[in-house]
Amino acid sequence: MRYTVKKLTAFLFTMVVVSLLTFIAFDLISGDPAQAMLGTEATPEKLAALREQLGLNQPLLVRYGQWLAGFFTGNLGTSYNYNLPVGQLIAPKLGLTLCLSFLAFALTVIVSIPLSMWSARRAGGRADALFTALNQFFMAVPPFFTGLLFTWVFSLTLGWFVHGKFPGFDQDVPGSLWYLLFPAMALALPRIAMTVRMLRSTILSEMNKDYVRTAISRGNDWNMVLRRHVLKNSLVPVVTFLAQTMAEIVAGSIVVEQVFAVPGLGRLLMASISNRDYPVVQVIVVILALWVVLAGTLADVINRRIDPRLNLGGDAQ
Amino acid sequence: MKKRMNRSPYLTAGLILTGVMAALILLGFFWTPYDPTAISGSAKFSAPSFAHLMGTDNFGRDIFSRVLKGAGTTAVIALSTVLLGGGVGVLVGALTGYFGGIVDEVLMRLNDALNAFPSVLLALVIVSVLGSGKYNVIIALAIVFVPSFARVSRTAFAALRDANYVKSARLMGASPLRILAVQILPNTLHVLLPAFTIGFNNAVLAEASMSYLGIGVKPPDASLGYMLSESQSMLSAAPWYALCTGMTIVLLIFGVGLIGEGMNRQNKGVG
Amino acid sequence: MLEIKDLHVKFHNRSREAVAGISLTIQDGEILGLVGESGSGKSVTAMSVAGLLPRRQCSYSGQILLDGTDLLHLPRALLRARQGKEIGVVFQEPMSAMDPLMKVGAQVEETLLLHAKELTAAQRREKAIQALADVELPDPEGVYNKYPHELSGGMLQRAMIAAAIVTRPRLLLLDEPTTALDVTIQAQILELLKKLNREYGMSMLFISHNLRVVQKLCSHVAVMQRGQLVEEGLTDAIMQAPQQEYTRRLIAAIPTRNRPMARREDGCD
Repeated sequence: MRYTVKKLTAFLFTMVVVSLLTFIAFDLISGDPAQAMLGTEATPEKLAALREQLGLNQPLLVRYGQWLAGFFTGNLGTSYNYNLPVGQLIAPKLGLTLCLSFLAFALTVIVSIPLSMWSARRAGGRADALFTALNQFFMAVPPFFTGLLFTWVFSLTLGWFVHGKFPGFDQDVPGSLWYLLFPAMALALPRIAMTVRMLRSTILSEMNKDYVRTAISRGNDWNMVLRRHVLKNSLVPVVTFLAQTMAEIVAGSIVVEQVFAVPGLGRLLMASISNRDYPVVQVIVVILALWVVLAGTLADVINRRIDPRLNLGGDAQ
Repeated sequence: MKKRMNRSPYLTAGLILTGVMAALILLGFFWTPYDPTAISGSAKFSAPSFAHLMGTDNFGRDIFSRVLKGAGTTAVIALSTVLLGGGVGVLVGALTGYFGGIVDEVLMRLNDALNAFPSVLLALVIVSVLGSGKYNVIIALAIVFVPSFARVSRTAFAALRDANYVKSARLMGASPLRILAVQILPNTLHVLLPAFTIGFNNAVLAEASMSYLGIGVKPPDASLGYMLSESQSMLSAAPWYALCTGMTIVLLIFGVGLIGEGMNRQNKGVG
Repeated sequence: MLEIKDLHVKFHNRSREAVAGISLTIQDGEILGLVGESGSGKSVTAMSVAGLLPRRQCSYSGQILLDGTDLLHLPRALLRARQGKEIGVVFQEPMSAMDPLMKVGAQVEETLLLHAKELTAAQRREKAIQALADVELPDPEGVYNKYPHELSGGMLQRAMIAAAIVTRPRLLLLDEPTTALDVTIQAQILELLKKLNREYGMSMLFISHNLRVVQKLCSHVAVMQRGQLVEEGLTDAIMQAPQQEYTRRLIAAIPTRNRPMARREDGCD
C-alpha cells in the first residue's frame, strides 16, 4: 500500500514537471497568440479584447493551472490553425497512433520471446556468432529507413498496399489494419533485435544459477527448465525494458507516420510545429509523455506481481 | 583486476568498420568525387556505376559525394552531442553518486522526469524553442542525453564510493576531485565507454530522424536524414538514392554498435 | 543397491582427473558419508550419481549401477525418468537452490508433476503437504503457500528435503546440506535425516568435508583425496582405528571442546 502511494506520487510529480516544462517552453516561443489568431485583422482594440478573453494577461502559473485543469474538463484549448477545439482535433488521431503503437509492441513481444529462447539454447554454438552479428545489424536499422524500404518493396514493387492511401477505420477496418502492419513492422524490427539481445543475455545468466541445477536433478529437460523456471526469472528486467520499448515506439511512430502518410498524432504534431500551432503541440507532447510514464509505471506494477521480493525493498534494478 | 582475454572479434570488426567509415568521412571533408551541389541535366537518375558510385538524383547530383558530406555532418553532430551531453552527464552523475544526499535524491527525481520524454520528443520541443540548424540540434540532443548518462555514471560512481582503495585514498587525504578522477573514473570506464557508443548511435538516429522531419539540419548543410526525405518522392525512379543513403546510416550505427558489443563481451570475459 | 565401479571423470579443461578410479557400494537402508577436502572429487562423484555430469565437458568411464542399471551411460531421456523419482538430491545452499519466484509447495510437488502424472492436482498437494509434515515443519500448509525468501535457511532446507523425498526415492543424495546452516540447525537436520532413514529405510549418500557431522549421521564412511579413495568402512571402526595416514590427519583436525590443539587420536565431545 505504501508503495502504491509512493509510485503514485512519483507519477504525478513526473507529469507535473513534464507538463510544466512543456507549457513554459511553448509559452516562451508562442509570441502573441492573440496576434496569431487574428492575423491580418488585428487592431489594437481587438488584440486587447482577445487577450483579455483568452486570459493571457494572467500570471504564468495561473495560466498553467488553467491549462492543466483543462485536461480534466476536456477543454484543451483551441487550435490556431484550424480554429477547432484541440480535443476534437486530436481524438481520432490519438486512436490511430495508439493502434499503430500497440501493433508494433505486440509484434515485438510475440517475435522476441520465442526468438530469444531459441537463441539462448544455441549459445556458444557456431550459429551464435552469426546470430549476434545479425542482431547488431538489425539494431542499427532506423525505422524510417525500413519504412522506406518496405514502401519500395511492398507497395511500389509488389503492390501489397497502396502507399499514401490509408483507408481509415471508418471506411475499412481490415484494410486499415493491413496498412498499419507495415509501419508497425518497420517500428518493431530494431526493437525486436534489442529485446532479443537483452532477453537472451538475461536467460543465459539465469541458466547458470543454482535453481536450474536443482530443476534438472528433478528430471526436467531443458525446455521445461526454460518454460517453468528460467523465463519467469528473466522477466523482470525485460518488463522494464519493454516499457522503454513502448516509449521508443511512440517516439518512432512520429517519424514513421510521415513515411507512410498515416494521419495520426505524429503527423499532426509535425504539421502543428511547422504551423506554429502551439496549443496543439503542447497537448500532444503531454499526451505522448503521459503514455510513456504510464508504460513505465505499469511495468513496475507488473514486476511487483512477478517477483514478490521487490515488495520488501526498493525498486527493481 | 580481470584477466584480459584476446580482443573480442566484435570489437575488431567494429573498429575496422568504423575506421573505414571515419576515414571516408574525413576524406569527404577535404575532397569529394564531385561537387555535391553540382547539377547536371544529362546525368539525371542514373543508377550506380563506376562514374557515380551511388548514382545520381533528380538534379543529376552525385549521390556518393552528397552522402559523404551528409555522413560527415551526422557524425560531427553525433560526436559533439555525445561528448557534450555525455561529458556533462558523467560529471553530474559522478558528483551526485559520490556525494549522495539530498542533492542526489532531487537530481535523480528530476532525471526520471526528463527520461519520461522519449528523446526525439524532447529534442523536438527544444528545437522548437531554439530554432533549427546544426548547433541547435547539438544543444538539444546534448540536453536530451544528459539524464541517461547521469544515471549510468551515478550508479557506477556510487558503487565504487566505498571501495577499499577509495577509502584508503580518502584516509591519505586526497581531495575528492582527485579521488574521482584518478581512483574511481578508470574503474568505471568499462561501463561508461559502452554507454558512449550507445549514446553515439542514438544521437545519429535522432539527428537523422529530425532532419528527415525537417526540423533538424537543413540545406545548405548536408544531412543524411534530409536526403532520405528527398529520396522518398523518387522511390520508383531512383531507389538507389534511398538505399545508399539509408545503408550509410546503418553502417555507421552498425560499426559503432559492434564496438560497444565487443567491449561488453570483453568485460564479461566472453570474447 | 547403488554400486559405483571404477569411476573415472576428467574435465577437458583440467590436467588431472577429478575422479580417478572410485569403487563404492551403498546397501539398502545404509547411510554412506563421503568425506574429503576441496578438490577431493567428492562433489563430482555425487554429481555423477545424480546424473548431473555435464557430459560434453568431460570424459568419463566406469559404471554407476542403481539396482543394476548403469546410470553413467544411460541416454539422457531414460536418465531423466529416474532423476527425481529414484534419486533425490539436496544441495548445499537452499536459498539459491530454490526457484525464487515459485512457491515452495509447487517446488516440492515438482517431482510428482514430472514422474507421477496419474495424480490429480489435489492429490499432489496432499502428498506435498504430507512431505512437509514429514520433515517436521510446524505449519506445512502455510509453508506450502510461501515463497523461498519468506522462510529461514533451516526451514528452507527441510523443504528441500521434503521435495527430494516426496517420491520415496531409492537413494537420497545430499551435497553438504548442513554446511550453510547454523550449528544448532545442523544438529536438527541430522536428526531428521536419521529419522527418515529409520522410518522409510531410505539409503543416503552424504557428502561433506566435516568428519564430525559424518560421524554423527553415517553408518559407513569413505574418505577421498585428490580423486582417489583413501579408506572406507564402518564409521565407528574407522574413527577408532584409522588405517591410513590421511584419515588420521583428518580425524586429528577435528576441533573439540576438550583440546584446543589437535592431537593424534580422536577424543570424545
